[in-house]
Amino acid sequence: MGNAKFGVVVFPGSNCDHDAYNTLKHILNQDTEFLWHKESSVGDRNVIIVPGGFSYGDYLRCGAIARFSPIMKDVVRHASNGGIVIGICNGFQILCEAGLLPGALIRNASLKFVCKNVTLKIENNNTIFTGIYGKNNAPAGEITVPVAHGDGNYICDSDTLKSLNDNNQVVFRYKNNPNGAIDDIAGIINKKGNVLGMMPHPERASESIVGSSDGRYLFESIISHLN
Amino acid sequence: MFSAKIKVTLRKSILDPQGKAVEHSIQSMGFSSIADTRIGKFIELKIDTSSEEEARLVTDEICRKLLANPVMEDYSFDISKMNGEKN
Repeated sequence: MGNAKFGVVVFPGSNCDHDAYNTLKHILNQDTEFLWHKESSVGDRNVIIVPGGFSYGDYLRCGAIARFSPIMKDVVRHASNGGIVIGICNGFQILCEAGLLPGALIRNASLKFVCKNVTLKIENNNTIFTGIYGKNNAPAGEITVPVAHGDGNYICDSDTLKSLNDNNQVVFRYKNNPNGAIDDIAGIINKKGNVLGMMPHPERASESIVGSSDGRYLFESIISHLN
Repeated sequence: MFSAKIKVTLRKSILDPQGKAVEHSIQSMGFSSIADTRIGKFIELKIDTSSEEEARLVTDEICRKLLANPVMEDYSFDISKMNGEKN
């Protein structure tokens, strides 16, 4: 085993925690543990996954309550020290609410829950999360992964949008925008590049039996970065 | 004891698709005069304090930190003394 020690946070209402765990532990053979949201520390974990789902039933706003769970204080500390954090779907919403990423996610423009495979354009493959794409046998340029959300419509003010674009912080864009997100934004990183938030689910597209394995290279990029 | 009645609404600059859907429904009922519909949240807190000023400060902080997300929402509130209850 290498240097990566993954921690998958579990909130009441998380439902992609096991998908992430399965991908990391059983497909990629990584040291992986669940982190219950009431724990106060991420311990020795050096990559934190904030998974998808409906934490706290999406009460108030998606992610608004989870952001105050005890573990989140330490996730914020971990991120501030340059530690790697990924928020997927509800996890992206939680990271925005926690202030680790700019902007917010509002109701899909269609008002409908969208659940389907989408094509993402990789806008920046010079990140911790995308370094492998285009190398070895990994796909380059475009990947196919599923989305499953009702509130994935990314918004931010025009200054934030300009700085996201100027700093190459938009990592993934939708080829066909499923939710009305500004500038087709599907995933962004923070300025330092150690925190990623994305609405699509790479952990649900990590072996061919589920229709696509394009998502696994995101996790392999992190593993390669740490080793 | 004070009561805080809080309204949280999507900021004006942000499209409110839920409001739009309801508006279409209102118009299809025949109320053609309805020009705009916005949907928000109503939250009521009881605050155990004798000072209106403190009730206001506490409510504002809770709104800023939790009840509203300033990226997408505005909030407003009214504070009133609750009748029939001792301070």
